[in-house]
This record gives sequence, structure tokens and C-alpha cells, in this order.
Amino acid sequence: MTYNVTNANTATNATTSATSIDDLNPINALNPGDVMPTDAVLSVQNVDKTFTLHLQDSLRLPVLHGLTFDVPRGACVVLGGDSGAGKSTVMKMIYGSYGADSGRILLSHQNTILDLATAQPRQVLSARRDTLGYVSQFLRAVPRVPALDVVAEPLIERGVNREAARERAGELLARLSIPERLWKLPPATFSGGEQQRVNIARGFVIERPLLLLDEPTASLDARNRGVVIELIRESLGRGAGMLAIFHDADVREAVADHTVDVQSFTAVRQEVTA
Amino acid sequence: MSAPHIVYNEGYLDEQTKRVIRRALLKGVAIPGFQVPFASREVPMPRGWGTGGVQVTAAVIGASDTLKVIDQGADDTTNAVSIRAFFEKVAGARSTTRTDEATIIQTRHRIPETPLAEKQILVYQVPIPEPLRFLEPRETETRRLHALEEYGLMYVKLYEDIARYGHIAKTYDYPVLVNGRYVMAPSPIPSFDNPKMHQSPALQLFGAGREKRIYVIPPFTDVESLGFEDFPFEPQRFDQPCEICGSVGVYLDEVIIDDRGNAMFVCSDTDHCERTATASVRDETTEVSA
Amino acid sequence: MKNETPLLSVTGAGHRYGDRFGCRDVSFDLWPGEVLAVVGESGSGKSTLLGMLSQRLTLDEGTIRYRTARLSDADLGGAGEDERMAEDLLDLSTLSEREVRRLWRTDWGFVHQNAADGLRMHVSAGGNVGEPLMANGWRHYGKIRAEAEEWLRRVEIPADRIDEAPATYSGGMRQRVQIARNLVFGPRLVFMDEPTSSLDVSVQARLLDLIRSLVAELGLAVVVVTHDLAVARLISHRTLVMKDGVVIESGLTDRVLDDPQAAYTQLLVSSILQG
Repeated sequence: MTYNVTNANTATNATTSATSIDDLNPINALNPGDVMPTDAVLSVQNVDKTFTLHLQDSLRLPVLHGLTFDVPRGACVVLGGDSGAGKSTVMKMIYGSYGADSGRILLSHQNTILDLATAQPRQVLSARRDTLGYVSQFLRAVPRVPALDVVAEPLIERGVNREAARERAGELLARLSIPERLWKLPPATFSGGEQQRVNIARGFVIERPLLLLDEPTASLDARNRGVVIELIRESLGRGAGMLAIFHDADVREAVADHTVDVQSFTAVRQEVTA
Repeated sequence: MSAPHIVYNEGYLDEQTKRVIRRALLKGVAIPGFQVPFASREVPMPRGWGTGGVQVTAAVIGASDTLKVIDQGADDTTNAVSIRAFFEKVAGARSTTRTDEATIIQTRHRIPETPLAEKQILVYQVPIPEPLRFLEPRETETRRLHALEEYGLMYVKLYEDIARYGHIAKTYDYPVLVNGRYVMAPSPIPSFDNPKMHQSPALQLFGAGREKRIYVIPPFTDVESLGFEDFPFEPQRFDQPCEICGSVGVYLDEVIIDDRGNAMFVCSDTDHCERTATASVRDETTEVSA
Repeated sequence: MKNETPLLSVTGAGHRYGDRFGCRDVSFDLWPGEVLAVVGESGSGKSTLLGMLSQRLTLDEGTIRYRTARLSDADLGGAGEDERMAEDLLDLSTLSEREVRRLWRTDWGFVHQNAADGLRMHVSAGGNVGEPLMANGWRHYGKIRAEAEEWLRRVEIPADRIDEAPATYSGGMRQRVQIARNLVFGPRLVFMDEPTSSLDVSVQARLLDLIRSLVAELGLAVVVVTHDLAVARLISHRTLVMKDGVVIESGLTDRVLDDPQAAYTQLLVSSILQG
């Protein structure tokens, strides 16, 4: 085989056989308490991540080594560290867009514990639908869909009727100062700041137990930053856990309960082996 | 000088060929509406002129039979006359123009107005035996559709008619469902004649010479013309009577009678027209003399 | 959790062209509501895989099982409600042609790259969309037409063009009619072969958006073959990457595209034109 599949998960995914989700759960549904603090919604344990660039002579870029931290319910954990330390990589591994090479990423999901590092794609999708929200800097919206529906979609996906979902979406958009005349337009035509606020509204429209915030306030004015801080505090007050990257010191200071220094888990570049 | 002395086998075709055709006919009787392939032979007429009908007739006719041949309802067209003469010569059969006297009626494009009876055989000349042909040109596929009883396609044709004209516009070769199983092309008879096929006491044989197919409707078989619940099949109707014999409820032909385009409507079934006209003249005579 | 059994389960599937395998060792499960993209260059075996899944090519190795009520010629007349409940994973190789065709009428759709392969180009759009209903025994013209109208509306074909033939339509409209024809009878699994690649870019986006929203609304399972990674990203949940007839990488679509592991996938991803 010429192509080195470096991630063991990938091979597993490729050969998924007809196993029901119940058969899979025992692998992932570990005993709470044994493996993660009972008050945590997320527990990242000993995670390593290395990128292998096959197109550049299989150059290996170790990014993270032994990453370990918890996100308690009702708390906001902020990822700190210099640019390039791997903060976004951490976010993407937890969300599932990046694979983890080793270690465990345990998520309290539907009364069980799911190890996102080894979960089946279906389980990750299920976690995203019900447990795991993600607000990135950039809106990846489908063309043609009006802003109001972009925001309402997560509610509709969970079975809320369209009218109620739109009403809730409208409230959030109004709070984030998106003028009503824009609601019926696709956000692709909006300014960067407006797109970001649509994205924030979409992230906060349903209550998920864990929300990942990747620089949600990067290009917002002070007033809207204030609204985002309010939204974060409201969610924390309802018991949601947050994992965030903030560049704005004022936002960080306003909501951070703990800081995880990603730099301290940054893999040493000298380990590079070609 | 003496004419060459040629002796034909009875019915023109050799015995082996007749057996092949009879076997196909029996299979057709057993599976009403199903197209049975057969080895169509050369007969002394061009393909497309009724060679299928002639071969079927040849396989069932004998010296004791009385043959009637109609072409669009008429007994006196060249083709009808020639076919009658042919079988008089090669099968020793008698011929007639009277529907009620015939044991075998070979037809192109009509079913006689006079109701058929038990022990009569109606032989249809068929140009295109496959009802799905114009919707699905592949023979392999149409055979599969028949085998699996997938007739959605047939309804597409009817749907298109209604969408375009507001009613089902097909007025001849109107598809029928035979014995609740096979969709069948009744040959280009007018849809006016379709109801006559249903539960007919006569045996109805269909021969397509060029396409090498034979199919059958046995006596007393259900023959349903296709339609939608809200747009059921409706046969053509003629409101005026025949301008020669005065018959109503018969199929009429438009005959142009002068150079100015004036036309009259008369029975397409010449035997029916003649007998009705003669009977009414006789009635009038009787009335006068009484 | 609902849907404990997959809708489609493929194990070690392979198809041979002569002594060479067109694709081999393919295994995956597909659940209702899931969109699986199969990506790769031409010649990678993705179309062979689709042909095999959709029963157009023979399965020379492995098994393909589909969740359905047990079919037999005896209950073709109409399986009772009770029988329908008792669904089972059925090995497709054990089905007769009649049973497979029944699945095509009631459970499966196939959207072709070229609309002319999936439509009757000279039958009206309404007739094209109504045909699957007629094939399933609908015999009321008014109801058939109403249903066809409703589906043409859903795929954004103007109501006044229902009686025109697709031959008179633009490429994007033809593709939308094809989609309506494939969804009108309520299938559970739809195969799509490069559904947008014959269209202009602007038309593509609109069509993909339509596919995406219909699939979500109807909870369909979809296998979509595409050489276009952007299509995979926009509409699929999971992706299989194929090369030389084998699956070289698979998983969540965003993970395959954002964190590709195999050298070939990295090459594919890095070859996307940024625009």
C-alpha cells in the first residue's frame, strides 16, 4: 500500500460493518466518574496530534503532545497561547473536523460518555446535533438560504416547528443588531461583521451542553461584544460548558473561569523526524 | 397451350408451418393477450398487407369453412376480394359477405356491426403488435415490462393526451387489458369497436406477419379499455344516422361526394348497411302491398 | 437511539471487469437521513461502486444488504401493514429481478448526471413526474397531476411549464425535474451520479442547495458520486475517497477534507481551486 493511513480511526471508519449503535456504545460509554470528573461536560486526556504532509516528503509536524484539561458544566474555559500554538487545532479535534492521534476526548452526551477520539462518524454527528455547538470566526453558509433560516435551522433540525424556530431566530438577530430588512437575505451578501453575528446567533439558538467559541467577537464593535458576553453568561448560567478562544482581552476577562495554556502542550519541533 | 398445373397444399401453407402457427395460437389461447413469437412465412402478398392475418387464417381454415374478409368494414375492396378468392382456390372454402354466415372473418381495422356468435373466428391483421412500442422502443425492455406487469408507461401516454387535449385523444388501436393481465394492442380498430371485444362469444385471433407475433383473446374473456378513474375510456360516438340505411349507433365513414367537398356519412360496415337498407325497402314494400 | 439497523449495509463489495477489479473491498453502512459522498477521479472506481450498489453491475464479491420488509412474489399484491413493520436486512443478491424492480418503484431513486438518461425527454414534465406514481398503481388523473404539480413547485419549476417536455428546458431545470421524478414516490434511498457536474457553476449552487434541503426535509439516505469535493462538503455527512478501485480514506466529510490522512486525499484537497 503506497498510501500511509496514519490515523487508526480512518481505517476503522472504512470498515464499519453492520453494527448497531448499541453494540458500539459499550466501547464509548465508559462509567462516569471512573474516567472523567462528574461535573465535567468535556474531558480531554493525553491527546497527541501530528500532521503528516505527504506532499512534502511526508514531513511530520507535531502540534500537540499530552493535551489534558476539563471543561466543567457552567464554566468557561479559555484556550491561551500564542498564535500558532494550536488553539484552533484543539477546537477542531473536539468538534471532530480533525482526528486525534491518541488519547481520549470524552464528552458527556445523552447520559453516556462518548470518546470523540474514537467515535463513529454517526456518533459525532449525533453529538453535534444535540450536545456540541461550534461558533467559528467564519460563516460557512449555504448560498441562497435567508439569514433567518440559517439561524433557525438547528432548531428545525431538532423538530421545532418552523414558525416558532423563526421567531426565536428573529429575537437573537435583533439582539445582535441585525436589521430586520436583512433577515430575508442570504448572509453571503453581508459584511464580515454581520456574517459573524449571524453565525453567533446560529450557535446560541439552541442550548447545547458544550459550546466551542473560536474567536466569536473578532470583528465586532463594543456594543455587540457586550451582547455576546451576555449570551455567554446566560448559557453558563443555565449550566452549559464553554471552551473558547478570545483575542479580545476584555471579553476574555469578562467570562473566563479557567485558562488552559495550549503552549504548555505544544509538541517540541525538534521531534520532527522526516 | 395449357395452363401450368400447380397443386397447392390445403390452405396454401405446408402442414409443418400450419402446425407451428396452430401451436402459437394454442399458446395464445392459454395466455390471453400475450404476444407469441412465430416464424412468419412468405405468402403471395407483400408484408404489411395482411400477411399475418392470412397465415393465421390459412392455419385454421378448411373446406367446410365460410370466409368473410373485410377491409375497414368493406367486403368489396381489392384486398378483401383477393384474399377471399385466394382461400376459395387454395382451401376450397366457400366465401360470403354476410357476417352471420361466416365461420371465419378476416379483418383489417374493424369489428363487424352484427354481433358475433359462438364458433365464429375473427382474424385481425395487425401492423404493430406492441402497445408500448412508441413509448419504449427497446423490444427487450417492453417484453420485460409485460412479464413484470409494469404498465405505468402505458398510462403516461393517456396522461399526456389529457394534459394536452383535455381528454384521451387516441381513437384507434386503443390499448386494452386482457383478462386482467396483459396490455394488448387491438390492432388499429376504432375505439368505437373496443367494447365489442369484451366477453365476445367469438374466438379473436391476431396475426402480425411483419413483426412475427400472434396473440389471442379466447371467447368470453374480459377486455378492459384502459383509462383513469376520473377520465375513463369513452368509445367514439356518432349522433347522426347512416345516410344510406338510416342505422344509428354504428361506425360511420365520411365519404366525399363531389368536388366542392360535400360529404355524406355512411356505414363503414358494407354488409350491415346493405342488409339494413334492403330490409327497410322490403318493409316498405310489404306495407304498400298490405 | 432510533434506526438501530442501517438502511444499507455493504461488506467487501467488488465488481470485476474481466480479470481486473473495477472496485473491490468496499464496506460501509448507511443510515436513514445520511448523505454519503463517494469522491475520486475518473477511473477511481466510484461509478463502478454506484453501479454495483444500484444493481446495474453484478456484485462479484461481498454482500450488499438493504433494510426492507421481506419481499416475496406472494405479497407483491400489497404487503400488509404488519409485514411492513417486520423489516430486515435483506441480501440483495437473493432477490429476483421482479423484487429488485419493485424496490426501484417504491424505495430507490437514481439521479443521473445526464438528465436525458433519467427522463423521457419528449414526455411533458408532468408526465415525467407522474410516471412513477402511475407505475405504483395511481389511476386518478387529477390526483397524479396535483402531485406532479406539487413536486414541480418544490423543485422550483414554474407551474405554467408543467405541460412542456424537458427537451425544451435548460440543463438546470431538467436536473430539477429529474430530482422531482425520483422523489415523488417517497423513496428511502437515492443514488446520485454527478448530479450537478454538467451544469454551470451558478446553477450548480442552486441545485445543491435544493438537494440539501429536500434530503434533510425527507430524511433520505443518499449515496452521491462526485469528483467535486465542494459538492461533497456542501451536501454530505460522510465521504469515501476512492483510488484505483479501493476506498483509501473515509469518515466525516469535514474531517476527510480538513484533516486528510492519505497522501492521495491530501493531493485532492490541495488541488481544489480557491475561489
